[in-house]
Amino acid sequence: MSIATGARAQWINSLTLRPALAIGLMIVGFWIVVALTIDVWTIYDPLKIVARKLQSPSLRHWLGTDALGRDVMTRTLYGVRYSLSISVVVVVCSVVIGSLVGAIAGFFGGWTDSILMRIVDVTLSFPPVLLAMAVAASLGPGLQNAAIAVIVVWWPVYARLMRGQVLDVISRDHIEAARAGGASSYRLLTKHILPLSWTPTIISATMDFGQVVLLAASLSFIGLGAQPPSPEWGAMISDGAAHFYSWWVAFGPGMAILTLGLGFNFIGDALRDILDPREH
Amino acid sequence: MAETAPLLEANDLRVTLRNGTEIVRGVSFTAAAGKVLGIVGESGSGKSITMRAVMGLSPPGSVISGSIRLYGEELVRAPERRMRALRGSKIGLIFQDPMTALNPVITVGKLIAEAVRLHNPGTSASRARQRAVELLELVSVPQPEVRANQYVHEFSGGMRQRAMIAMAVANNPDVLIADEPTTALDVTVQAQILDVLKGLQDRFSMGLVLITHDLGVVAGAADDGIVLYAGKIMGSGSVRGIFFRPRHPHTPGPLSRLPTIAGEQSRLEPIPGSPPLLSARPKGCPFHPRCSMARDACRTDEPVLRRVDNVLTACHFAEELRAGDSPRMNAEAERA
Repeated sequence: MSIATGARAQWINSLTLRPALAIGLMIVGFWIVVALTIDVWTIYDPLKIVARKLQSPSLRHWLGTDALGRDVMTRTLYGVRYSLSISVVVVVCSVVIGSLVGAIAGFFGGWTDSILMRIVDVTLSFPPVLLAMAVAASLGPGLQNAAIAVIVVWWPVYARLMRGQVLDVISRDHIEAARAGGASSYRLLTKHILPLSWTPTIISATMDFGQVVLLAASLSFIGLGAQPPSPEWGAMISDGAAHFYSWWVAFGPGMAILTLGLGFNFIGDALRDILDPREH
Repeated sequence: MAETAPLLEANDLRVTLRNGTEIVRGVSFTAAAGKVLGIVGESGSGKSITMRAVMGLSPPGSVISGSIRLYGEELVRAPERRMRALRGSKIGLIFQDPMTALNPVITVGKLIAEAVRLHNPGTSASRARQRAVELLELVSVPQPEVRANQYVHEFSGGMRQRAMIAMAVANNPDVLIADEPTTALDVTVQAQILDVLKGLQDRFSMGLVLITHDLGVVAGAADDGIVLYAGKIMGSGSVRGIFFRPRHPHTPGPLSRLPTIAGEQSRLEPIPGSPPLLSARPKGCPFHPRCSMARDACRTDEPVLRRVDNVLTACHFAEELRAGDSPRMNAEAERA
C-alpha cells in the first residue's frame, strides 16, 4: 500500500502509523459509546439494591456488589457520565477563560499583562488539589461546585500557555504587516494571532482531560464532589476504601479511571507528535 | 490633486526609545507624488525606525517629537483610530522579508482581499477576491487565478515580494514605503521587483520611499536621496548630487568601493570600524571615529546640515571633498 499524500491522508496515515493514538481513540470512544447508550442495554439499575451486599465477582455480577448490594459493574459504567461530562465542562471552560485571559495579557502587555499574570501566578502557586478542596469546601459539596472548583484551579495553566504563544506570534513580521495594513487590535488578535496560537492549547487540553477526571474523582473521594447515591467513580472508590478487603468494590471504578485517563493521554501524546513541527 | 501641501513631509523628526536612547535625531525629508525618495544607511542608522514613526508603529514606549505631515495633516500625535484608517489606505508599507511578513496560514488571495475589505467594508467577498486577482496580475504574478489560492510557502521569493507589493497597493495608497524591498532577494529578482515598484509608482503617480542599504538600488531608482548615519542625516539632495558629487566623506566610502565589472580586481574595502552604539555615541560628528579626514573640530563640534553646491551635507569640511578624491567617483560622474 502506498502512503497517500495530502493533508487529509496525512491524518489517516498518522493514525495507522501510531498505534497509541488508535488505542487511545478506541478507549475514549468506548467510554463515550457507553455514556450515550448505557440506558438502552443495562441489566441492573445502578441505584437499586439487586443482591446481597459485598458479593465477590460472579457470572451474575461481574464486578461483584458493593456495601449496599448494588451491582458494581453497572455503577462503574454509569459513572462514566459524571467523569466525561465534568471533564468536558472543566476543560472547555478552562480553555476559554484561560486562553482569553492569556491572549489579552500577551496582546496588550504592560499593566494588563502584569495584573493578569500575577493572578495566574498566585493561583498556580497553590497545590492544585488543596486549592480545589478549599474552593469546593467553601461552595459546599456537589458535582457542580466540584466542577467550578476544578475550573478555578485549571484555567491559569491555559492562560500562561496562550500568553506565551501570543507573545511569540505577535513579534512576527506578518503581524506588523497586518497592522501596517490598517487592521484593528481585535482583528489582529482574532484573525492573525489566535489561529497561530491554539496548537499547544489543543494538545495540553487533550492531555488534561485525564487529569481532570482524576482531580474530580479525588474531590468526590473526599466527599466534596458527587454525593451518594450517585455512581461517581471517586465516591465509589471511597466506599471501596471503607471495605478494604472486598477489593472488587474499588477495582471497577479504579480501572475505569485508569483506562479513561490512559486513553486521553495516548491521544494527547499522539496529537503533540503530529502537531509539533519540531518533531518532523 | 489640488493640495498644495507636499505629499509626505517630515520635519526635525526625533524618536526616543523607552530606554532613553535617541535613535532618530532630527530627520527631515519630503516625498513628492510621482517621485522616488531613497533613504540609505547602514544597519542601525535609524532608517526603519523613521518609517515606523511615519506609520505610527513605533516600538511601544518610544517618544516621538517633530512633525510628520501627510498632505499637511499632522501624524505625530494623530489618534490611533485615524492612523489605522491611513495605514494601508493612504500609506502602504512593504516589508523586507516577504516570507515572514505574509501570514503563513491564509492564502495569498485571501490576504490581499482582506487588505481590500479592511478599508472598503462594503466590498463583497467575491468582489474583493476578484480585486485580489487583478492586483496579482498588476504586479506580474503569472496565473493569478491559481496563485490566489496558494499559500505563501508555495510562492518563490520574488513572487512573495510581488504578493507583498500587491497587498500594499491594494487601496491605491498615495505613499508607498518600501523597507528594504530587495534585500532578501537575489540580484536578478531584485531588478524585477524594482521594475514592478517603479512601474506602479509611475502608473499611479505614488510617492515612493525606498529604504535600503544598497547604494546601487538608490542610485538606479531614486530621484532624491538622504543618507542616514547614527540617526542623523549626513547628506541629502538629488541622487546625482549626493552620490556622484558627494559632499560627505561617509558617502564616497561605500560607493567608491563598489566592485566594477571592467575594473581591476581589487579587494572590497569596507569603511573601517562599525557604526557607533546608539547608547554610546561619540562626541562631535558621529562619523569621526571612522573618517579618514577627521580633525579636532570633528571630535568636539557636531556639524549641522548645511547647503554646499546643490546638496545638503553635515560635514565641517565638505568643501575640501572634490569629486576627484575617488577615481571610481570620477568615472561615474563622467558617465552621468
